[in-house]
Amino acid sequence: MRLVNRSPAKGWARVLALLPFVAVLVLYLIASAVRLSENPADKLLPSLATIGDAIVRMAFTVDVRTGTIPLWNDTAASLGRLFAGLGIATLIGAVLGIAIGVLPYLRALLGQFVAVVSMVPPLAILPILFITMGLGEASKIALIAIGIAPLLVRDIALRVMDMPHQQFIKAQTLGASSWTLVLRVVLPQILPRLIDSVRLQIGPAWLFLISAEAIASESGLGYRIFLVRRYLAMDVILPYVAWITFLAFLMEIALVLLQRRAFPWFAAARTAQ
Amino acid sequence: MSGKYHIKNILKAGALALGVLAASVPLMAHDAFAAPKKDFKLAWTIYVGWMPWGWAKDAGIVKKWADKYGINIDVVQVNDYAESINQYTVGGFDALTVTNMDALSTPAVGGVDTSAVIIGDFSNGNDAVILKDKDKLADIKGQKVNLVEFSVSHYLLARALASINLSEKDVKVVSTSDADMAAAWKTPDVTSVVTWNPIVSEILADPKAHKVFDSSQIPGEIMDLTVVNTQTLKDNPAFAKALAGIWYETLAIMTSDTPEGKAAREAMGKASGTDLAGFESQMAATKLFAKPAEAAAFARSPEVGATMDKVRHFLFDHGLLGNGAPSVDVVGIELADGKVLGDKANVKFRFNDAYMSDAAAGKL
Repeated sequence: MRLVNRSPAKGWARVLALLPFVAVLVLYLIASAVRLSENPADKLLPSLATIGDAIVRMAFTVDVRTGTIPLWNDTAASLGRLFAGLGIATLIGAVLGIAIGVLPYLRALLGQFVAVVSMVPPLAILPILFITMGLGEASKIALIAIGIAPLLVRDIALRVMDMPHQQFIKAQTLGASSWTLVLRVVLPQILPRLIDSVRLQIGPAWLFLISAEAIASESGLGYRIFLVRRYLAMDVILPYVAWITFLAFLMEIALVLLQRRAFPWFAAARTAQ
Repeated sequence: MSGKYHIKNILKAGALALGVLAASVPLMAHDAFAAPKKDFKLAWTIYVGWMPWGWAKDAGIVKKWADKYGINIDVVQVNDYAESINQYTVGGFDALTVTNMDALSTPAVGGVDTSAVIIGDFSNGNDAVILKDKDKLADIKGQKVNLVEFSVSHYLLARALASINLSEKDVKVVSTSDADMAAAWKTPDVTSVVTWNPIVSEILADPKAHKVFDSSQIPGEIMDLTVVNTQTLKDNPAFAKALAGIWYETLAIMTSDTPEGKAAREAMGKASGTDLAGFESQMAATKLFAKPAEAAAFARSPEVGATMDKVRHFLFDHGLLGNGAPSVDVVGIELADGKVLGDKANVKFRFNDAYMSDAAAGKL
């Protein structure tokens, strides 16, 4: 049988899926053991026990200096910023994206501008953000929104323009105004695609969040990682990285479920294409 | 499919994975068996007290002394200070420019036995507490203070607050990257910062900025060192001798009142992003030990022990002496006279005046 036609049995597929994770873990344990045998206090690749201690310290012990439990405090601060930034970017993406997609005048006015703005590396203009919005929450949320919104706008505008032109003509024949056209034809078809776009932007959103927190902060997952990096405390950094990955993964799953529940027709339409 | 088929494949995959692992293990270990070697690497970062390393390399002084001892010394400028410490700690460098506090908190706590072979200078005004529109240190009470958390700035703040019977509970520390400190100062919600030069002079150019405390009020406590991995030092004393030789030859030129000295200062100023005048004003806020005898005498003085005791308590209070360190004594610090602060069985940070003394006696 050709290789392209051979697929693993169900159980075997699960083993295969687990294999890379196990391999990474084993690789880590071996490398860590080698380094620790040389220097028992090695900080780069701490043992699982050391990491366990750090997790207990960060996730289950109240920090005497601040009176809070660091991990939960950091998580709440970071998620608040992330959701605010993503929310604003999504709103801008939907409104502006649809408007540029359906209105030729607006497209002529803003199309090129948004394309150019989306090329500006947001991290490079951070000092301007700080001076205009201060060092507090606003500039961090703004960084996420500025980093993501232009891409969402472009993506949504392109998707609107991809929609079959007959749909617009049919709706207009039935008497739809521009506004009803957007509300009844464009919006329902664009929302599930917006969820797809946002899903793809979760990774960049975390990147911008962590960068902003590294620069000035009192709490947050990125703040903690950059703070303890000064002391090479990988025993704290590694669980934090795993936690961030897990949170991002949960957000991804939540968006997929939302898309499936709210737009059951969409998955079918996609496979039919 | 049969069970056998599965197992065979799993075993095959396992064997392959182990092969990959075995091949990659040597990459993880470094110098498991230290021994005399020929090639050494020193990492340095931009700071007034460490600029001589970069200049000494360009002026050929590094090569001259390395050749004298028959070794190679690679002097590498690292852009990020914290990263240079991490790289030294994981074994990427044999020597490093670092402050006394950071040498204790990262390599020493990380189990890398580290010896300070050169005390280059101590900060004598280069680190400062600055308030906006206020000119008394006591006004800091209740303010948000922007600084690089857990750095020497944080230590300076703790010492400043202690000097007026306040504690860290009386302020709110906001961790801020040194790269963005000058921009942060310009925002209205930033009212007090603790930072170091050249950022201090940049901020003080603002008429609203008032310096209310600086490191000259805690002289000798923030030391800028050149440290060497103790094991490397034991196996290769020639490396430390060459470092001391390079350092004091460079400093003699740099501090001399000759055209050559001026040219050196100008070059160092340029390399650190300022000019001759800017560099000389930073030098004025630095107590540079130009003469090895002076540095060796300072290393042997009881002040070093008293400072290290304050520093280790500061680190312990901030949870920086290692995971759940049971007491401030967990890491031993050996002073130049052989006295040990903390655990004698776990000495990881040593002040070694031998090479400064050799330089003073002309024995290099």
